[in-house]
Amino acid sequence: MALDRWVSFIILCAALGYGYAAFFTMDAGLPPFMQRNPIWPSTFPKVLSVLAIITALVILLGLEKSGETGKEPEIDYRRLGDYQLGQALTLLGLMVGYALLLRPAGFLLSTFAFLCCGAFILGERKFYILLPVAGFAAFVVWYLVDEVLGIFLRPWPFFV
Amino acid sequence: MIEGLLIGLSAAFSIQNLAMVVAGCLIGTFIGMLPGLGPMSIIAIMIPVAITIGDPSAAIILLAGVYYGAIFGGSTSSILLNAPGVAGTVASSFDGYPMARRGQAGKALTVAAIASFAGGSIGALLLMIFAPMLSRVALLFHSAEYFALMVVGLSAIAAFAGTGNVAKAVLMTLLGLIMATVGEGALFNMPRFTMGLMDLQSGFSFITLAMAMFALPEALFLVLNPARSVQGSSGKIENLRITREEGRQIAPVIGRQSVQGFFIGVLPGAGATIASFLGYAVERNIASKEEQAEFGKGAIKGLAAPETANNAACTGSFVPLLTLGIPGSGTTAILLGALIALNVTPGPRLMIDEPQIFWAVIISMYIGNLVLLVLNLPLIPYIAKVLTIPRNYLIPFILFFTLMGSYIGQNNATELLILVGMGVCAMVLKFADYPLAPLLIGFILGGMLEDNFSRSMQLYDGIGFIVERPMTLGLLAIAALLVIVPSYRARRAKARAAGVAEGD
Repeated sequence: MALDRWVSFIILCAALGYGYAAFFTMDAGLPPFMQRNPIWPSTFPKVLSVLAIITALVILLGLEKSGETGKEPEIDYRRLGDYQLGQALTLLGLMVGYALLLRPAGFLLSTFAFLCCGAFILGERKFYILLPVAGFAAFVVWYLVDEVLGIFLRPWPFFV
Repeated sequence: MIEGLLIGLSAAFSIQNLAMVVAGCLIGTFIGMLPGLGPMSIIAIMIPVAITIGDPSAAIILLAGVYYGAIFGGSTSSILLNAPGVAGTVASSFDGYPMARRGQAGKALTVAAIASFAGGSIGALLLMIFAPMLSRVALLFHSAEYFALMVVGLSAIAAFAGTGNVAKAVLMTLLGLIMATVGEGALFNMPRFTMGLMDLQSGFSFITLAMAMFALPEALFLVLNPARSVQGSSGKIENLRITREEGRQIAPVIGRQSVQGFFIGVLPGAGATIASFLGYAVERNIASKEEQAEFGKGAIKGLAAPETANNAACTGSFVPLLTLGIPGSGTTAILLGALIALNVTPGPRLMIDEPQIFWAVIISMYIGNLVLLVLNLPLIPYIAKVLTIPRNYLIPFILFFTLMGSYIGQNNATELLILVGMGVCAMVLKFADYPLAPLLIGFILGGMLEDNFSRSMQLYDGIGFIVERPMTLGLLAIAALLVIVPSYRARRAKARAAGVAEGD
């Protein structure tokens, strides 16, 4: 089965779960006065879930004939191993690390580390350029956001 | 009107107000270029500054300048990085970014600048002439029609996703709508589908979703396939000029889209996003067969259309604000708040009681557009330098701005984890050839769609509003046709095995 049909299958499952919640569980806690309304909080989700299930089935069963043939995709997922998959996954991990470190380590330190590690993962080895650029950028962004725009960003780690 | 114009000219051409326009446009362009900071957040940030000025005309001129600047800056980052900072410029990236990758970044930026200028100026002209009349047209629309109009908009987006892709686009739209129902709605004071998570209480953030759908997969594609970034950075920004032939090509597009975009912008709830998508779709559909094949691959018309339309729509969205006191979009809602804080009540009486404010705003629109054109065109080669930054630096910075964009708005680190998770999902969807734009549009319109649907249901005590209001029925019929016809054409086209238009 092709990836697009797998995706539609997953969305179908999600829509079934969503529809189950909308049809059977959501209205349980509805106060009596709201039950007299023509519209309930679950009305719109019910409509959406039915439509989504139908559309997902159309794709899953291949009812709509795909027009294009032999179109070269930008990245062929069947040959994912040929691409720089490791780098991409490491960068994703780095972003998760940044998200977890941002509060405890402070903006300046975590941003500096993120930019340095990101460039290092991509193959940058000229540290005499990289380190000052990353430090300068971290400071400038912090200054603009915190001082100029007035959105608070904690610059230093929690213990400073 | 002449009298009003003179009042406006004398008010807008004071040194202070001119400085406000220039400052607003500069700040807006600069911040709007950063992916993730849309006009809404910039204006919200600027409100304290505007209020400290004290003079209502100067304050709204500053905020309006920021608004245009942000839309303008957003299109720059759409074209160069495929990272639209603003929903209204998503459509600009469809053709603007392929142009930049083909080494025509300079030309793309020039087209964007001219189209924005023309759209904004023609929009301001229309605003001046039609403001009183248009308010009556907009008044005819009830929530039932708004609901139907949004359904038409969503179906149009799905229908123009490309032959053979309609079901996928519809599914993505529905997914967007479903995601919009997560969290606490305005109409019902109860959280829905939050699965007990506090972080989902206020729903998904639009900016996070936009970043995850567009900026993050793009950056990761650059990582996965280094050949792509080599292609992109090879673009020399030497060809700023557009030829006479190209000028002739885009002139009718600009003319049409200024008018269409303006009128869409006037309708509350529509606005720059729908105007740009609809403008793109309309121009694509009326183009000749050869030109249609170019759309999505760097067609000059495909860039001019959304750029003109979104600027005209920005101007149009001031009509309900200034004449009725009803904000048509999130951005104008923030402007309304600022005006009330300055002790000005926009509404039908604004033109009579405080004509200097009304006319100064209109005159400042012309000045603002001129500033943007004069400011942006000479700066184009410098702006385009972004593309010559080495890949090793560019990618971490794009990822960083993606993270910052969703962090600044919420100040919540969980948002970043949601961003990464959704970004991975977006990658999978992209691999499977699902269009991502419909998801985002569905998400943006979801709340408004449901509100209007619910309101009509309440007014008509049930689903009866669909048959009782002919305009609603007609619009919904158009929506159904929009989805069915392309599928039918796809079958026919497959039978003929002829060349087909490609999806975005």
